[in-house]
Amino acid sequence: MLIAVLAGLFVSILCIPFGKFLTKRAPAWFSLLPIGLFAYFFSYLPAIRVGSTVDFHYNWVPSLGIDLAFHVDGLALLFSLLITGIGSLVFLYASSYLKGHRYLDRFYAYLSMFMAAMLGLVTADNVLLLFIFWELTSISSFFLIGFNNDDAGSRKSALVALGITGGGGFLLMGGLVLMGHVSGSYSIQEMLGSASYLKNHSWYGLILLLVFAGAFTKSAQFPFHFWLPGAMKAPTPISAYLHSATMVKAGVYLLARLSPILGGTTYWTYTLVIVGGVTMLYAALHSIFRIDLKGILAYSTVAALGILVFLIGIGTPESFLAASVFILVHALYKASLFLSTGVIDHETGTRDITRLSGLRIVMPPLAVGGLLAALSSAGLPLTFGFIGKDLIYEATLHADDVWPTLLTGTAVLTNIFLLYAGLLAGVKPFAGKLPQHFRNVHLPDGFLWIPPLLLGGLGVLLGCFPTLADAALLKPAAESMAQNTINAPLKIWHGFNVILLLSGITLGFGALLYWTRKPSERSTLVLQRLNRISPEHLFQKLGSLLLKLSAWYTATLHNGYLRAYLIRIVLFAILLLAFRLFTGEITVDLSSLSPINAYEIAVGVILTGGLYLSVTTTSRLTAVVATSVVGYCICLLFVFYSAPDLAMTQFTIDTLTVVLFVLVLFRLPPFLNFANNSVKIRDAVIAVAFGGIISLIGLMVLSQPLRTEVSNFYGDNAYVLAKGKNVVNVILVDFRGIDTMFEIVVLSIAAVGVYSLLKLRLRASEKE
Amino acid sequence: MKSTILKTATTYLLPILLLFSVFILLRGHYHPGGGFVGGLIAAIAFVLHGFTHGTENTLKLMRRHPAELIPVGLALSALSMVAPLLLRLPVMTGLWFDEPLPVIGMIGSALFFDLGVYLVVIGVVLTILFTITQYSE
Repeated sequence: MLIAVLAGLFVSILCIPFGKFLTKRAPAWFSLLPIGLFAYFFSYLPAIRVGSTVDFHYNWVPSLGIDLAFHVDGLALLFSLLITGIGSLVFLYASSYLKGHRYLDRFYAYLSMFMAAMLGLVTADNVLLLFIFWELTSISSFFLIGFNNDDAGSRKSALVALGITGGGGFLLMGGLVLMGHVSGSYSIQEMLGSASYLKNHSWYGLILLLVFAGAFTKSAQFPFHFWLPGAMKAPTPISAYLHSATMVKAGVYLLARLSPILGGTTYWTYTLVIVGGVTMLYAALHSIFRIDLKGILAYSTVAALGILVFLIGIGTPESFLAASVFILVHALYKASLFLSTGVIDHETGTRDITRLSGLRIVMPPLAVGGLLAALSSAGLPLTFGFIGKDLIYEATLHADDVWPTLLTGTAVLTNIFLLYAGLLAGVKPFAGKLPQHFRNVHLPDGFLWIPPLLLGGLGVLLGCFPTLADAALLKPAAESMAQNTINAPLKIWHGFNVILLLSGITLGFGALLYWTRKPSERSTLVLQRLNRISPEHLFQKLGSLLLKLSAWYTATLHNGYLRAYLIRIVLFAILLLAFRLFTGEITVDLSSLSPINAYEIAVGVILTGGLYLSVTTTSRLTAVVATSVVGYCICLLFVFYSAPDLAMTQFTIDTLTVVLFVLVLFRLPPFLNFANNSVKIRDAVIAVAFGGIISLIGLMVLSQPLRTEVSNFYGDNAYVLAKGKNVVNVILVDFRGIDTMFEIVVLSIAAVGVYSLLKLRLRASEKE
Repeated sequence: MKSTILKTATTYLLPILLLFSVFILLRGHYHPGGGFVGGLIAAIAFVLHGFTHGTENTLKLMRRHPAELIPVGLALSALSMVAPLLLRLPVMTGLWFDEPLPVIGMIGSALFFDLGVYLVVIGVVLTILFTITQYSE
């Protein structure tokens, strides 16, 4: 199992050395990976059919509760088969679609990585493992959207998608960690046991908010939907695979997976139903104003995702069954429509719906595939879409807790628009008269037209024989969402009832819309007028505001003056220390201090003199020398108080610092303008305050009883353990040798930094 | 700096100071001193030479650029850190010869570690100072 999940990652890595070789010769061989995985997951079908589940467990980071735990149940299997099944077709399709592309090896590397991440996501049982795969899908999706990286639009779309899904993923991580913390386990199966505890916990609201943030951003729910249409900048096989069939359903998967743990409460139900409802209606309405084929499909995908969220929100056994059926229905017809769009784009060079027509004459098999997919999306009887739509209406009609009439109305309206969008994408380009300039368009090779035809055909096959997928796959999937047995076999014919009437209404109005309304450039203008209040625009505004804020912040706080930084750091330290100091008790015991000697007074006088000189002098060089006098005086004090190592080091360092200063300052002009009096007074006040506080702390520390465990340990063990008599040095080279190691590494980095900065500039000036 | 006395003196001071720095390095385990201070003293010796004779001449005297000491020192310290692994002991276990050597005294992995620190410090200080000197000239 672990190998199966990670196989994509291995292939992805192997693409670095061998990718170019393989893509030049036979890119279709890459398809063996998803096909093999499809066969592997298919072999679990009998076990899932009888209601059992398959678990795998490998230790990874047991101390953090992160295990490589995989759990295959109906839901996981449904998604795994979709991922590998559609993946196989997309891999084959892309080998022809991107034939001879310079970066085809990269494409397959990203795609394999994505597939592995997606498989891991749907089979993971550990929420942290799930999160890791979740992030991997976002990252691989970023690379795939930006695949045409020489196009500015692609790069921007990729960034927007990564920003939205990554931001959501960040919040999701918080939610998942909270869930694990509250329930005491990171395993989803074990969380099921503490579901009622979780739902009554005071953090439930927060957990829900964070999880929703993750799921809604990933599955492009309103108002985060806009990254998905933007993601259509990717090559079409990617759009078909990631942005309709698999990745965007990750959020739906998460909600379905967590539904038995977090679901069933008022918050859960109403949030999902409202967000899903708004999304599906908003996006479905949007889709009919588009004229770009991929734009239409993108918005109808968002609408379909809305329907799924909405169904999971309703939370009845019927709605779960409807959701699992609709996941399959949608994946089949949407992938098919995307792939046929790709062929049209590839062969005619346009995706403009107003210019395409009559292509059935030159590409008959593709027209059949598109027609079948469109029929399934329309929900005509004897297609799988019909069953899916029936189940949706059944679920909304029986949602007694949450306004069944309103929900049904929304669902019908959405489906009418979706039907129209499906017909636009699957029928419109093939119907009507063939324009003159498309006469010499010809049917491409089989890898391009067989996948959409296969998927479209599968939709009809399952529509005629729903039992093929029912008990083996869809029922177990719905049962893992409901955590309950569901006894409602899929039927082609329900008899004459309200549901059939609603289906008829949907079909009738959808068809009417298709006959009467002709898509045109004008319709997109309507949308442009509304653009100013669209969420996408608002998010962009927010982004530019953030940029302005950070520019302002950087300009004010990071102005590049060393003195400004120093003042801020010292002031902050003063405030912090003073607060701590004056909220507590100040005790200074002067009597415990040792008496002051004559030579200490002498050093003190020299020190003060050096200080005075350094502050009042008008020459830089004098100031440096005076400061070094202060430094040497402090060295003497170290010697008096028996710290010879410290004194030696300080002495040499001081010497070198003076040398360094002289080297640099020697070349500078004399002081040009002096600080005025107010600045001097300000600096003096800060300096005196800081010195005073540090002295006060020093005195207070002395009057505390000293804790000597640490120094005693070093003193006692320096010779015994490290054979050294100088404790300071033993600490440096033995007890805390790793610290020293890092310190010399830091020193080396500093030296390399100075060397490279100055040498490079030297070379540059030499050239001039 | 054009001082003949200082110039002549540093010619003799350089080897003495270097010897002194090695002395400080070696005595570190028992008395005040050690690789860090020793390295600083050696660096000061070269800086003094550079002041009087000019940086170019000091670099010529050294033959190799001081920056080359940095990787050598780092490698020496790192090796002495991980050497105990070869004897299946934890990293940074002190290893010692049983008998002291004449002049140098007890030899152990800590000495090599300190020697590495010594070399790195010389390399770092001289690289920084000489680079800045050459830049400001």
